[in-house]
Amino acid sequence: MWDYVLDRRGQIAQQALQHLSLVVQCVLLGTVLALLIAMAVYRSPRATALANGVSAIGLTIPAFALLGILLAPFGFGITPAVIAVTFYAALPVLRNAVVGLAGVDPALIESARGMGMSRLATLLRVEVPLAWPVILAGVRTSTQMVMGIAAIAAYVLGPGLGGFIFTGLSRLGGANAVNSALTGTIAVVLLALVLDLLLVLAGRLTTPRGIRV
Amino acid sequence: MSETTAPTGATAVDTGRRASGLPIRLEGVTKRYPGQGKPAVDAVTLELPAGQTTAFVGPSGCGKTTLLKMINRLIEPTSGKIFLGDEDVTGQDPDKLRRRIGYVIQAGGLFPHMTVGANVALVPKMLGWDKKKVAGRVEELLDLVGLDPAVYRDRYPRELSGGQQQRVGVARGLAADPPVLLMDEPFGAVDPITRQRLQDEMLRIQDELGKTIVCVTHDFDEAVKLGDKIVVFDVGARVVQHGTPEEILSNPAEQYVADFVGAGATLKQLTLARVEDVELRRVTTAVVGTESAAAVAAARAVGDDYVVVLDSRGRPVSWPTLAELVRTTTVPGTVDTRLPVVGLRSTLNDALDTMLAASQAGVVVMGGRDDLAGVLTIESVMAAIQQARAAVAG
Repeated sequence: MWDYVLDRRGQIAQQALQHLSLVVQCVLLGTVLALLIAMAVYRSPRATALANGVSAIGLTIPAFALLGILLAPFGFGITPAVIAVTFYAALPVLRNAVVGLAGVDPALIESARGMGMSRLATLLRVEVPLAWPVILAGVRTSTQMVMGIAAIAAYVLGPGLGGFIFTGLSRLGGANAVNSALTGTIAVVLLALVLDLLLVLAGRLTTPRGIRV
Repeated sequence: MSETTAPTGATAVDTGRRASGLPIRLEGVTKRYPGQGKPAVDAVTLELPAGQTTAFVGPSGCGKTTLLKMINRLIEPTSGKIFLGDEDVTGQDPDKLRRRIGYVIQAGGLFPHMTVGANVALVPKMLGWDKKKVAGRVEELLDLVGLDPAVYRDRYPRELSGGQQQRVGVARGLAADPPVLLMDEPFGAVDPITRQRLQDEMLRIQDELGKTIVCVTHDFDEAVKLGDKIVVFDVGARVVQHGTPEEILSNPAEQYVADFVGAGATLKQLTLARVEDVELRRVTTAVVGTESAAAVAAARAVGDDYVVVLDSRGRPVSWPTLAELVRTTTVPGTVDTRLPVVGLRSTLNDALDTMLAASQAGVVVMGGRDDLAGVLTIESVMAAIQQARAAVAG
């Protein structure tokens, strides 16, 4: 196993980097999309219920199935991988952002409006900062989850460590099959841990001191 | 170093209040919610004079808060007109309007993710004041509400007590020096002793600033204490009576008002009489860190058996007896957290409450911000009660 890793360290490093870059970019994109949707819906109870429904149902769709569906219009390659990973990345963030924004004390919003802050200023300077810890928790959940989904995206020839896993599984019984699958899995787990640590750090730095717990 | 404060006369405070506020005029202001037969606020016409505090009282759900929020258009009136001074503000951009109207809500409504200083600076910053002016203003305001800027400016709201948060809320409401201040149940969320202190502070601040204040409360005693004028509302924000506290207590317009205010009860007079109306005892004072012997000698010379200790800014910190003081060489700076203090504009009711809460037979009375007015003893309060009862009986 160790020899296997050493022999392919260049390839592993490159795949890990691609995996990381896919995950980070999709989480960023998904977070932005989720925040925009959350801001659009959180004031209306009906739209909030709809958004929560969508995120709950969305998470039950098997990643394989979604990738399969996306294959038809987009073919093999990076596009279906990005769409699927972004989709799954957005859902937990959406849910937490809606919950976080709805959880801001109405008295504070009234206080902001009462002193002459516009709707937008109230949202950006009061509501989002106060909901930020909850939103960030969503980002962490989504990063962890998407790490695994990005591995599955290798099925449609997306980039990343999933390649090792699928190669291993397809040659089960052959030489180095287990080594290949294990390498991919362990690398994904390690990457997930590192990224989570970075997110915790980012949370520390971006959460205002007054609301840190 | 000690000095003796002469008793303060009864009238010194009310005269010469500078009115920096604008009058508010409501003309036929109505709020109708869809699906409700009766309007929440039905064609209210009111004149609120400049530089005075008007208290809105009434049972909950009577529409007084809705009416208040229509003044800064947090709630848009269905019909009617609102004037600030001579200016019709009914059609103005509500955000711009609100920057000219201070707004203080229960528990302060401070933003927990901003420091005390940042909270206070919000409106001046929105108005585009330069940094230096904003910083100076924050300092001035924290000082005004009795919080040391050096200590509190960089703290977060959660590090403050409820009463301190409420003070910051008031400072924030006053930040851009608005002519009008709206307060919605401002002192509802604090304990009775703190509430009474905050009310005293509010009266002192109003004496300094002379804003046009509208204060919504369901507590009639608070309305009597804070209000120059009181408006009593019934359901639909129907104005049942509008007058001075004295008028309303002595001459309730309807049985409804009499029931609501509890007029007729003898001790109600205590909520009308202010500390400044009765004679205060002069006291011997000593500044922290000065020689004890001098203070003791000064007290003995005028026959006092205790001394009020002031800190370097002139605020009372404790009142040791001479027996306690002779044992020290310099006047100790220990802060007595149970020291009973009221303002000149506190009601006798408050003063009596404060004495009972502290188990003392007197209270220290403050005049202005850092200015000791004297001591009020329980005997003076009793004398005032007897006078009031005699007046009612005779």
